[in-house]
Amino acid sequence: MAVDALQSATVHAPAAQGPAATGETAVVRIALIVVALLFFALFVFLPLVVVFLEAFQTGLQGFIAAITNPDALSAIRLTLIVAAISVLANLVFGVAAAWAIAKFEFRGKSFLVTLVDLPFSVSPVIAGLVYVLLFGAQGYFGPWLKEHGIAIIFALPGIVLATIFVTFPFVARELIPLMQEQGTGDEEAALSLGASGFKTFLFVTLPNVKWALLYGVLLCNARAMGEFGAVAVVSGKIRGQTNTMPLQVEILYNEYAFTAAFAVASLLALLALVTLALKTLLEWRFGDDIAAANGH
Amino acid sequence: MEIRIANVRKEFERYPALHGVSLDIRSGELIALLGPSGSGKTTLLRLIAGLEHPSAGTIYFGNEDASQKSVQERNVGFVFQHYALFKHLRVADNIGFGLKVRPRKDRPSRAEIRRRSSELLDLVQLSGLERRFPAQLSGGQRQRVALARALAIEPRVLLLDEPFGALDAQVRRDLRRWLRELHDKIGHTTVFVTHDQEEAMELADRVVVMSQGRIEQVGTPDEVYDQPSSPFVFAFIGESSELPVTICRGQVWLDDRPLSIPADGVPDGPARLFLRPQDVAVVDESAGAIAGVVTATHRNGGLRRFDLAIGGAHHRVEIALPAADSRDVSGRIAVLPRRWRLYPAGERYTKT
Repeated sequence: MAVDALQSATVHAPAAQGPAATGETAVVRIALIVVALLFFALFVFLPLVVVFLEAFQTGLQGFIAAITNPDALSAIRLTLIVAAISVLANLVFGVAAAWAIAKFEFRGKSFLVTLVDLPFSVSPVIAGLVYVLLFGAQGYFGPWLKEHGIAIIFALPGIVLATIFVTFPFVARELIPLMQEQGTGDEEAALSLGASGFKTFLFVTLPNVKWALLYGVLLCNARAMGEFGAVAVVSGKIRGQTNTMPLQVEILYNEYAFTAAFAVASLLALLALVTLALKTLLEWRFGDDIAAANGH
Repeated sequence: MEIRIANVRKEFERYPALHGVSLDIRSGELIALLGPSGSGKTTLLRLIAGLEHPSAGTIYFGNEDASQKSVQERNVGFVFQHYALFKHLRVADNIGFGLKVRPRKDRPSRAEIRRRSSELLDLVQLSGLERRFPAQLSGGQRQRVALARALAIEPRVLLLDEPFGALDAQVRRDLRRWLRELHDKIGHTTVFVTHDQEEAMELADRVVVMSQGRIEQVGTPDEVYDQPSSPFVFAFIGESSELPVTICRGQVWLDDRPLSIPADGVPDGPARLFLRPQDVAVVDESAGAIAGVVTATHRNGGLRRFDLAIGGAHHRVEIALPAADSRDVSGRIAVLPRRWRLYPAGERYTKT
């Protein structure tokens, strides 16, 4: 009898103890959570706090003075212009590339998919150098450009080019899997109902991908504003002219102007937080959308 | 609108999907393209719609050459297999889509579009669902919205790709009857694709049986069932059994036994004998009949089905007899086909 009871107890014990085979003991669970939280606090949260603390070290006055400095204002303006142009350009390129990859069959398609990913795997510094090599004074097109008085390197066009290169994958990569999954059925339906190609795109394709598109644009924008490496190579860091915000932060920091450096940095950090908030909001919306589309 | 398909060929990347198909569709007709998957039926439908372009051949709508026209210019109503409703638009906007995207000069007013779409919702018996999104509809409702959307552009022909494929059996039966009534009421020339022979036979005025990119037979449901023109059609439509026979000087032989059925002008040599389970009679005299041993019996509604092993289990034949008269049928029996068809062996297709 005693043996029986013991056996049945052993058999039933795991079930009685709680959740399934993947369940960890309380100690392991707490340890994991603590490690994760500590890591997060040390490497992510603390630096963010420091940025804002440093920015306001000399009070609100100091902060305002730092960001209304003409060079700082110029950097902010340049960053906004560069981001606006490159996001717009990558919106167009990204949609075009995603459309081509998702809706047509053609030779070299997988090569194009790989190419879309290239900017992720290439160091931004290389991306910048490539443009210097192409358009710089000693570059392939340098003499011709100089003859015609076109400045690309150490000027706005170079910064925009480098930023476009680095941020290209964001929009395309968001769209490709979604558009591939959706196929061409809806477009065919619209065409059969008499819609022109453009109206089909506007009224059918675009609404089908709008959330993914917005998500891609958001990520693209965040990266465009924050890009350092590629831009540093092509910008020439001319103060008040070709300095973007990340470059301005570095210059100020190197000059021991800590408050000013962190003031500009805090604006970038703020941008990151806003992007994060919008992204979370979109994911929430986007998820709903997908659920609605699949729901019966 | 009459549709004439003349020698249409279609290849996808050198893989042939249709080999020189010709077909005349009469105005106001309800016609089914029936075949197994890969038979080219959907390709033919998409060619008529203009969603694909033929590699060779011509498609006429009435007297005009439609193959030169784009899908938009052809003005066809196409109902997709999975409906392809625009999920971000409400039911009313889905139906009005074809009117809304017209060029400004041909576009009806917003109120007119709304009136048309609620009229069509009435027609498909979904009034009151204008403000729903497609995700909030059942399968059968979506299918009817898709139909209303296709009808909104006043199409010259209505094309349906597996219209009932994604629905469960009961809904399918109801919708089938309803579609037939709707067709009789509005009188569009309608072409639909199906792999379900029952659906084709019940719904269509004429059935086009297709296989491997070719049309096997075009005919009324009675014609394709009673006079199948090829072994494929006989085997594909309804139930059938096949026996390999030999014809020698007008005499049909099953292995070494002569059968008392005429050769119907089928030339000497190996041939294939097709018969349907219910088209046989049990006879006492085994001379000239098909003799076999009953290996299995099962009751099926008013019929009783028997599996016969013929010639030492080399061949199997299924027969069906009225249940009441066949209680004692067992062991070795002889059956004589009342209706059958003989085809010379070596015709392109084997039974699928």
